[in-house]
Amino acid sequence: MRRGWRTIDRGLLRDAAAIGVAIFAIGVSFGAIAAAAGLPTWAVVAMSVLVFAGGAQFLAVGLVAAGSPVGAVVGGLLLNARHLPFGFTVAEVVGSRWPARLLGSHLMVDEAVAFALAQPSPQRRRTAYWLAGATVFVVWNVGTGVGIALGAAADPAVLGLDAAFPAGLLALLAPSLGDPAARRVAVVGAGVALLTTPVLPAGVPVLLALSGLVVAGRVRSRPGGREEPE
Amino acid sequence: MIALIVVVAVLAVGTYLFRLTGVVLAGRFTLPASLQRLLPLATVALLGALAVTAALTEAGRAAGVARPAGVLVGVILAWRRAPFAVVVVAAAATAAGLRLLGVP
Repeated sequence: MRRGWRTIDRGLLRDAAAIGVAIFAIGVSFGAIAAAAGLPTWAVVAMSVLVFAGGAQFLAVGLVAAGSPVGAVVGGLLLNARHLPFGFTVAEVVGSRWPARLLGSHLMVDEAVAFALAQPSPQRRRTAYWLAGATVFVVWNVGTGVGIALGAAADPAVLGLDAAFPAGLLALLAPSLGDPAARRVAVVGAGVALLTTPVLPAGVPVLLALSGLVVAGRVRSRPGGREEPE
Repeated sequence: MIALIVVVAVLAVGTYLFRLTGVVLAGRFTLPASLQRLLPLATVALLGALAVTAALTEAGRAAGVARPAGVLVGVILAWRRAPFAVVVVAAAATAAGLRLLGVP
């Protein structure tokens, strides 16, 4: 591991720090919203430490506050089912040793996956994944605590934090979207998710984005990759 | 109280199992090349859909103007290769500024 850490270049560190600052702010807004919704502190903290998935946590808090605990569980699990294909994608990055698998799986957040996917070499992917995952885990939980303490004083809408999460995620995806096939799949998938959001239960539309794979076509899968027929 | 414990516990265990299952199964057998090629694309599709629905919708309805405008500013900056921190801060500042002006 020490050799790995010594090879971290300044670009990776700078980006991971920026991700950390953004996720800290979103963590603060989560803690504040959950506290304002009347959830006890232990439940808010337990969600951030144990569930550790921002989108599902916001969804669950909203549905619990609306009196629908079953909806919170079903919606949260549907939204988090995307981590199953993520696991296949980052398995090589996480490694094959069991301690690394058990820990690396818990750190599998959207930002770490997108950040790793954007790196050109296996070594950089590994460093990016662990660096972003660990950073996000720490700042998300510290942020949640700060948000609970601030309570209603930290209104995420006033600070524009609701725009920070999607903008940050799209910025992390930008390098992967350089590939034409990825761009086509992402556009169709996002379109399907967007169109079905008003009519389907929370969590389902994002999974339906996988339908975008029908336009994956038979072009190169990575920049610089060879043309290969399907 | 009990309901809340169950909600947090089931979400935590279920999410962890989703995360661990992919990592472990990927080591058990080699996926066919065609499927291996699709995996990064599937990941991009899921993350992109998550970002776009979070940008444009709130509880199944349209998310107003300020948030999408902020995200749009961030996307333009990301496309112009601005640093990640600039993208995120500009997106949040745009949304906050518009709301200050009374834009929903």
